[in-house]
Amino acid sequence: MTKKINDQIKPEKDIQNVIEFTNFDFQYFSQAKPTLHNINLTIKKGEKILIAGPSGSGKSTLGHCLNGLIPFSYKGEITGSLKIKGLETKDLDIFHLSKILGTVLQDPDGQFVGLTVNEDIAFALENDNIQVPEMKDRVLKAAAMVDMDQFPTSSPYELSGGQKQRTSLAGVMIDDVDILLFDEPLANLDPATGKAAIEIVDDIQRDSGKTIVIIEHRLEDVLHRHIDRVIVMNEGRIVADMDADSLLSSKILMENGIREPLYVTAMKYAGIEVSPELRPGHLDSLKIEDISSSLVQWNNSVHIETPEPEHDSLLELKEVSFSYNGVDQIINNVSFTIAKGELLAIVGKNGAGKSTLSKLICGFEKEDTGQIFYNGDDISDLSIKERAEKIGVVMQNPNQMISKPMIFDEIALGLRLRNIDEEEIKTRVDKVLKVCGLTPFRKWPISALSFGQKKRVTIASILVLDPEVIILDEPTAGQDFKHYSDIMEFVNEVNRLGVAIILITHDMHLMLEHTTRSIVISGGEKIADTRPSEILTDNQVIESANLKETSLYSLSKLAGIEDGTNFVQNFINYEKKVRYS
Amino acid sequence: MKDKLFSYNYVDTPIHRLSGLTKLICFLFLTFAVMFSFDLRVILLVMVFSLIVLKVSKIKFSQIKLMVIYVAIFILTNAIITFFFSPEEGVKIYGTRHVIAHFFGPYTLTWEQIFYQLTKVFKYASVIPLGIIFLLTTNPSEFASALCGVGVHYKAAYAVSLTLRYFPDIQREYRNISLSQQARGLDLSRKAKFSQRVKNSLLIIIPLVFSTLDRIELISNAMDLRGFGKHKTRTWYSKKKLTKADIAAIVISILIFTGTILVSVFINHDRFYNPFI
Repeated sequence: MTKKINDQIKPEKDIQNVIEFTNFDFQYFSQAKPTLHNINLTIKKGEKILIAGPSGSGKSTLGHCLNGLIPFSYKGEITGSLKIKGLETKDLDIFHLSKILGTVLQDPDGQFVGLTVNEDIAFALENDNIQVPEMKDRVLKAAAMVDMDQFPTSSPYELSGGQKQRTSLAGVMIDDVDILLFDEPLANLDPATGKAAIEIVDDIQRDSGKTIVIIEHRLEDVLHRHIDRVIVMNEGRIVADMDADSLLSSKILMENGIREPLYVTAMKYAGIEVSPELRPGHLDSLKIEDISSSLVQWNNSVHIETPEPEHDSLLELKEVSFSYNGVDQIINNVSFTIAKGELLAIVGKNGAGKSTLSKLICGFEKEDTGQIFYNGDDISDLSIKERAEKIGVVMQNPNQMISKPMIFDEIALGLRLRNIDEEEIKTRVDKVLKVCGLTPFRKWPISALSFGQKKRVTIASILVLDPEVIILDEPTAGQDFKHYSDIMEFVNEVNRLGVAIILITHDMHLMLEHTTRSIVISGGEKIADTRPSEILTDNQVIESANLKETSLYSLSKLAGIEDGTNFVQNFINYEKKVRYS
Repeated sequence: MKDKLFSYNYVDTPIHRLSGLTKLICFLFLTFAVMFSFDLRVILLVMVFSLIVLKVSKIKFSQIKLMVIYVAIFILTNAIITFFFSPEEGVKIYGTRHVIAHFFGPYTLTWEQIFYQLTKVFKYASVIPLGIIFLLTTNPSEFASALCGVGVHYKAAYAVSLTLRYFPDIQREYRNISLSQQARGLDLSRKAKFSQRVKNSLLIIIPLVFSTLDRIELISNAMDLRGFGKHKTRTWYSKKKLTKADIAAIVISILIFTGTILVSVFINHDRFYNPFI
């Protein structure tokens, strides 16, 4: 019955307010309290909106309400009204909504349902019983819109993250939807690809006039291109609805746990009063002539010596090469040394060889040529298990490691597998629980923990084996600023215990703020091994590793500061001083 | 990384050009024909036919070597076990008893048993090339549409397609989890006791299940959002139009199928061909 009624509902053609929330509340049936409170929000046709907020702020729930996953897949109680193109969404089903509003999800890999690019793009048409000749025609057009027409038969394994995301975008645009919703589009992309994604979205909006809604907490990256309005959410409420210039001039970001763009932080350090008149919303609109003298002055006033790192070698790779099939070199003649208690990052784009490198260090794979030394001893002959007592590895997603229901057992697992007696296990686990701030939770089931706490548990379960090096694979991926800060605070604490830490990441903030040295891998080769401030200001390295020039450097260039690298380093040093004093 | 499923490789041959649906229908008809008949002459004919098709589709022996070895082992084991459990099966079927040699106890070798088991061996052996042809010349994308074409509900057919799509992902995930658990001290080698190994493999399976569940939620959301399951039917991008060659192939396999039935009904008056009377 409902189907029939739905078929007769046609969206109003010339409506200006395409999205209209009025006194809208939502509560999941599984939760005790509402997730969304009293949402009032109007989005006009052709607007480009960013919805920002920390994890748990309700921004994803708001997105689910827009695309119909609520109440189609996630059940709950809705009060108030949400109209999309004048239609009350309560009366629509997810299929009708998907013809008006198309969604591109966070994980470019998981949402790629077809076996090839063109099949994936055609998915919505297949479900609509469109005949093959028309389908092929429309697929070609949609693929051309996002520049994916050169790879019609490529499988997802042959594509990069950015190409997969563009395929998904073509897959929703093929229905000629009026509104495009992007749910955390940057979370799984490297910096350069993320930048390109923002540019594509902007171009599409300019060419087609579609309404764009982007849900994302990485504000600086989204503001790379123009945004009409930023909606800030926290604790299920809308706390701000304004243009980027006003937002960056206010205290709203700080109060709600969203990171402000680095160039804005730099302006504040330089004592500049950030106001909407300076047009700080985007770097290219910034009235630099009003502030450049203050920046130069500040830059000259910062004089902090960077302590030279100790050179007591712990782990050394010497001319290591590796290939899976004997033909394609995944790792090519890589050498570097890691000192005791160092904290460094290995960066590079997907497929550059950084995870292979960590597999070689842990002994998951065996190098073809070259040697790996630990404390001066060649460890080539040690098994995975033996190396694990020296070098631990923590995987990106805690769910990939956790195999016990209780926290204590999970952390004790590695020791129990080594047949250490229960008395000693208890002492060692208790000690690690304390170090990791997990003692209050020791009797808790793991399922009751948050993502960040689970991450702690997985780090603790490696730490208990007393390694001197821990490799962390993307420790902060998908985390908002607060959780990111919490996790890194903890990682720094572990580091201060004297454990060397290798971060495998493509988060540029992470390497800038938390490491003193980064190794850049590109095409299996080491192309840089130096301070992050130098890496993120070196165009050649940036380009081949799919990184992005830091906005601090761009700011310094705008302000006419000659040595931009030094400016970036000054910023980092200044910030460390501010943070730790 | 170029992971090709089932090592499907496009080569331009008449067999590759056929639509997946045709190949599935032909495969089913020919398999049923061989499964139905116990006439060695018919079976050998089908086998020769399928070997010719194998040749036409330019499948190299190196591609199928492993599969052939496994199948040979299976057939051999099957033959030995058959003889072990019912050494008089041939006598029962053909009604005569020509003894060649007596081993011990109930185990006597008869011509009837040899003929019966030979028929069975060739039955299996003639299905295998058919299966290989179907798997190696059908684009994985066409699988689902072919299944749907023979009457399987599209949701079930799409499940096959999804399995093909995500299997390599899960495989990689399994490997990563396994390695990280081994680093924590998990011993999966033969050094550990069997019971211990079973227990240990749980330490890999539990994380695998949980991370796979995360993935499933995402996929099903992605599919819902793009209208999967909206109508009672759906079309398939990769479905090929049936050509004259397709019709010809289907007609040939129907002829072989009916031929087999006719031979059984009118010539043998039984599913078995009996050379002993």
